[in-house]
Amino acid sequence: MNWQLLPQFVVTGLLAGGPLALTALGLVLIFKSTYIFNFAQGQLLLLGALFTWWFAVEAGFPLWLSIVLALVFSALLGFGIERFALRPMTGQPLLSIVLMTLGLSQALHGLALLFFGGAQRNFPQIFSAANPYKVTTPFIYNDNPIVIILKQNLVWSFVIAILGVLVIGAFFRYTHAGLAMRGASEDHELAQSIGLRIHRIFGVSWALAGVVATLGGVLLATSSGLDLSLSVVVLAAFPVVLLGGLESIPGTIVGGLLIGLSQGLVSASSLSMIRNTSEIMPYVVLLIVLLIRPEGLFGQKRIERI
Amino acid sequence: MLLLNNIEVIYSDVIQVLRGVSMQAPEGKIVALLGANGAGKTTTLRAISGLLRAQEGKVTRGNIEFGGQRIDNLDPENIVRLGIIQVLEGRRLFRHLTVEENLLLGGIARGGIARDLEQVYEYFPRLKDLRRRVSGYLSGGEQQMLVIGRGLMAHPKLMMLDEPSLGLAPLLVQEIFEEIKKMSEREGMAIILVEQNARLALKIADYAYVMENGRVVLDGPAAQLAENEDIKEFYLGLTQVGERKSYRDVKHYKRRKRWLG
Ligand SMILES: Nc1ncnc2c1ncn2[C@@H]1O[C@H](COP(=O)(O)OP(=O)(O)O)[C@@H](O)[C@H]1O
Ligand SMILES: [Mg+2]
Repeated sequence: MNWQLLPQFVVTGLLAGGPLALTALGLVLIFKSTYIFNFAQGQLLLLGALFTWWFAVEAGFPLWLSIVLALVFSALLGFGIERFALRPMTGQPLLSIVLMTLGLSQALHGLALLFFGGAQRNFPQIFSAANPYKVTTPFIYNDNPIVIILKQNLVWSFVIAILGVLVIGAFFRYTHAGLAMRGASEDHELAQSIGLRIHRIFGVSWALAGVVATLGGVLLATSSGLDLSLSVVVLAAFPVVLLGGLESIPGTIVGGLLIGLSQGLVSASSLSMIRNTSEIMPYVVLLIVLLIRPEGLFGQKRIERI
Repeated sequence: MLLLNNIEVIYSDVIQVLRGVSMQAPEGKIVALLGANGAGKTTTLRAISGLLRAQEGKVTRGNIEFGGQRIDNLDPENIVRLGIIQVLEGRRLFRHLTVEENLLLGGIARGGIARDLEQVYEYFPRLKDLRRRVSGYLSGGEQQMLVIGRGLMAHPKLMMLDEPSLGLAPLLVQEIFEEIKKMSEREGMAIILVEQNARLALKIADYAYVMENGRVVLDGPAAQLAENEDIKEFYLGLTQVGERKSYRDVKHYKRRKRWLG
């Protein structure tokens, strides 16, 4: 273990967990209301970032306006997916619907390639790359306090991502619309019997998932650049949702932090072999947790009655 | 207020379940819909509430009118907004939500007015004490009160209850039925009460229909039906000498008798 670098990697890892949590939130939103595991979430995220890039760089709009426009577009895209790809499949076996999202992910990828090309893009800088924050920790190494250096980008992406998750969480918890969405997710027939318009609710879930994906895509693209491979970040979000529990919003934060932390920890290792496991760490953590708690850390234990 | 005119229902384009059902449910009255398992009672309710569609079912013949308006092709969401609520069989709850959240959801189609909660708590005071409890953990009786209360939150003009007594102790059923009776009188609601437990249902109902094989085979004022020998034997499970007899034992013989003459 490289002790001097450990605090740095721990904090960096935790902060990186923020955008992971936000990405996972998109998956949870869809799963909560429809029981569909959405394999196209990564492509929604990619498209959100591409929309933003297009408005800001190609069309020359101010960055804030570009982000707002991209959010609107991705919400519409979400609505559209529900209306034209998924609603016609109502009543089909769940597996077919999940496979449909897999097909959608390929289709969206193809559209991204067609409209935006596959080149690496210069995504606009949102946070200054200069002047990273320097934080002096209480830990001493070789008689000197350990100082960690945090890029502005990392810190603010974390703050925005976690705020995003909290806002959506509060929406679900405290608003009538959120209550309707929680109800609709539990039992579609029952929800219809009390007059909930479940298809509209599903549409809103997909629109929200598009919005969340775009926010995540923008945050990730501004730190790591933008090309078609951006969509693979959901691979790290899969373990986050399974860890947190598929329908738990707070679970995404805890899952995101845990996965981020695990990646930070192995990166601090002095053995290159262990350092190199950082990519697969999310899955290792996932396996361990699922063996102990199959419903995830915050998943609902199904309440069944005799 | 509600009129069913000779309706037929077919599931999945091939399975015919209702073969010409006519009935009505007037304001402020309780109509019992009786019949053995598989007779088509739930299907009749689904035809009225529009929930047939989610089951791949269709009204292929006849028509359904509510307050003079045809409703047999409307979406369930819109039928609820006209004032018809079907309380599904099996005490279906949003199990992971609290009692109060369940109730609020019941009123959400009308804008979810929290003040209506008090009205439900008047009928079922026990629910008030349990309001912060996760509903999945309630007892069977409490769950039944909750689903009826949730139906009431919609301020329906017609409430349809599908086998509310199933699996509950007789005393509890009586208690719940009394509240149902009160509700229909005070709120001026029409109630369709689907039951296999004919004896209790006939006690609070004003009128009753008996279904068999997708048809109404008998109907009349509840008091009169309670005295009917056939009903006594089939649905109250009593033979003339008063001993219990299962419906199955007498079914074939009796049905032949009825249809042949
Ligand atoms: N969704 C469905 N698809 C096909 N057949 C159904 C469906 N629902 C009910 N049935 C059939 O219709 C008949 C009547 O069912 P139901 O209306 O549930 O009767 P009841 O409520 O009187 O017990 C039964 O034979 C049942 O198998
Ligand atoms: Mg039934």
